[in-house]
Amino acid sequence: MSAACYGVMAEFGSAEALLSAVRAARESGYRRLEAYTPFSVEGLAEALELPPSRIPLITLIGGIVGGAGAFFLQWYTAVIDYPINSGGRPLNSWPMFIPATFELAVLGAALAAFGGLLVLNGLPRLRHSVFDTPDFDMASRNRFFLCVRSSDAQFDVARTSEWLRELGPLRVVTTPAEAHG
Amino acid sequence: MSAEAAGVVRGAGSTAPVLAGRYSYGSITDKIADIVLEHRSGPAFWIALGIAAAFTLLFLVAVTYLFVTGVGIWGVDQPVAWAFALTNFVWWVGIGHAGTFISAILLLVRQKWRTSINRFAEAMTIFAVAMAGLMPILHLGRPWFFYWLIPYPDVMNVWPQWRSPLVWDIFAISTYIIVSILFWYMGLMPDLATLRDRARKRWQQVTYGLLALGWRGEARHWQRFDSAYLLMAGLATPLVISVHSVVSLDFAIGNVPGWHSTIFPPYFVAGALFSGFAMALTIAIPMRSIFSLQDFITPKHLSNMAKVMLACGLIVTYSYAVELFDAAYGDDPYEKFAMTNRMFGPYGWIYWTVLLCNVAIPQLIWSGRVRNSPGALLAIAIVINIGMWLERFMIIVVSLHRDFLPSSWGSFVPTFWDWATLFGSLGTFALFFLLFVRFLPAISMSEMRRLNEEARGIDR
Repeated sequence: MSAACYGVMAEFGSAEALLSAVRAARESGYRRLEAYTPFSVEGLAEALELPPSRIPLITLIGGIVGGAGAFFLQWYTAVIDYPINSGGRPLNSWPMFIPATFELAVLGAALAAFGGLLVLNGLPRLRHSVFDTPDFDMASRNRFFLCVRSSDAQFDVARTSEWLRELGPLRVVTTPAEAHG
Repeated sequence: MSAEAAGVVRGAGSTAPVLAGRYSYGSITDKIADIVLEHRSGPAFWIALGIAAAFTLLFLVAVTYLFVTGVGIWGVDQPVAWAFALTNFVWWVGIGHAGTFISAILLLVRQKWRTSINRFAEAMTIFAVAMAGLMPILHLGRPWFFYWLIPYPDVMNVWPQWRSPLVWDIFAISTYIIVSILFWYMGLMPDLATLRDRARKRWQQVTYGLLALGWRGEARHWQRFDSAYLLMAGLATPLVISVHSVVSLDFAIGNVPGWHSTIFPPYFVAGALFSGFAMALTIAIPMRSIFSLQDFITPKHLSNMAKVMLACGLIVTYSYAVELFDAAYGDDPYEKFAMTNRMFGPYGWIYWTVLLCNVAIPQLIWSGRVRNSPGALLAIAIVINIGMWLERFMIIVVSLHRDFLPSSWGSFVPTFWDWATLFGSLGTFALFFLLFVRFLPAISMSEMRRLNEEARGIDR
């Protein structure tokens, strides 16, 4: 059965209970943990020891590409492809190119931040196993879920469930794996 | 369950609550989500929707007639070729700025009271900028060629003139609306997931389920979400300042007396926030009554918004004074004439009305009694909305109607279609806004839950 399930879910009534459960699970050697919360819980990423997010780097790259692309476009069109003498001003009148460069740098960075968020989170996604967990609709209201994935080295449905029950959750359930076929 | 015990959230260094009543995560969620899911609208909502829809129809008629006939249906002519459309444009963009200020700048400076007003303020931004974006297109003699402003390799072998602020404008406005929509949608994703999970009707489950893009609130998702949200706020902050600066350069780079001034960028940004906060109050005060949101949008919010509005109003007042000082101290007879004409010329009454609406009446906000009275604030906010619209009319039309050569002086009288475009755009904005409140959560549920959580930390 353990191969056929997604993991074991423990449901908690508060963010503090979830945080202490996460810390306890890490101390007991569980590594494949997931936590589902109705809002961004402060300290949860640290408790799960998540690596730092790559969003800032992606945003920076987006901004640089947007800004450099915009400046190149203006320089190329104004100097090489379509040079017009506009009141004797130099063709490469770069101070006048700053506004569009700035705007497109911001646009590139914002699109990268939003796109990066979706891609790294694997969204949009129509279907996911965790939604089969009983009560999981409360995860977007006022309940906090800790999931030990079946791929964890220490995972065993019976023992992991028993161990989670000792943390005092509201309930512990097994999340089935996605049905195939 | 002790975790469900609620707290009363207070702003830093203040005793007035920013979240009245005693709420838990669950009851906050239910109250906000039920406005959308349960569809219990009172008669006030339907009356407002009916009026907004009627003006939207008027707008459609005005725009259709304009496209069929041409800009001759408006009062514009030489020398006043820019009038209502450009006034509306500057006014609507400015209104959008308060939304970004509330959602981005107040987030960066950790003003917790912004949480219950940022979502509707962002929606206000999007709809206001959409109205603004239409105006220059309507104003084009051949609106079907508006895309010529966008650089693309065309068969005519020409490129946009990068040294023109009108080209900067299209980049500023389109970036602004795209970034505003992304920022707004990102914040909405967790709330759309909540609506999906709470919906009981099939069409609601499917619609909100698709819109939520599969959000499931995993810790890694929240970590990236927080990071991206903060970065978006950091990007939107300089963006909002650049947008109205670019709008002001549309004028300041021209040599018309009354336009050609270096104070324009900061003057326009302050004016934008001033009118934007006025519009945010004009929306917030009726909205909290119609949808019973008094516990979330408290007098504390209204009073804080009024204070920001007053501060922006003082910068605007200072800018008016600097314009006069520049003309008096400088040695340009045309500039001196432009200011005298503004005060005592044929449109002189507009100048004095602007001073009354934007300088004199907002000083009432110094009084705590006025700040704590929603009715008084609503009245002042409407006065400022009118005053700021007239200010843009003054800058644009009054400067243009008498410039260098007396032989080419003229005047501008609005036609029915000018008014129809202005009031039609207001109706369309109101229609979008009412539909937004009806179908999407007007207050961020996930941020309110977090605020509630942090407040319990403070209470302990």
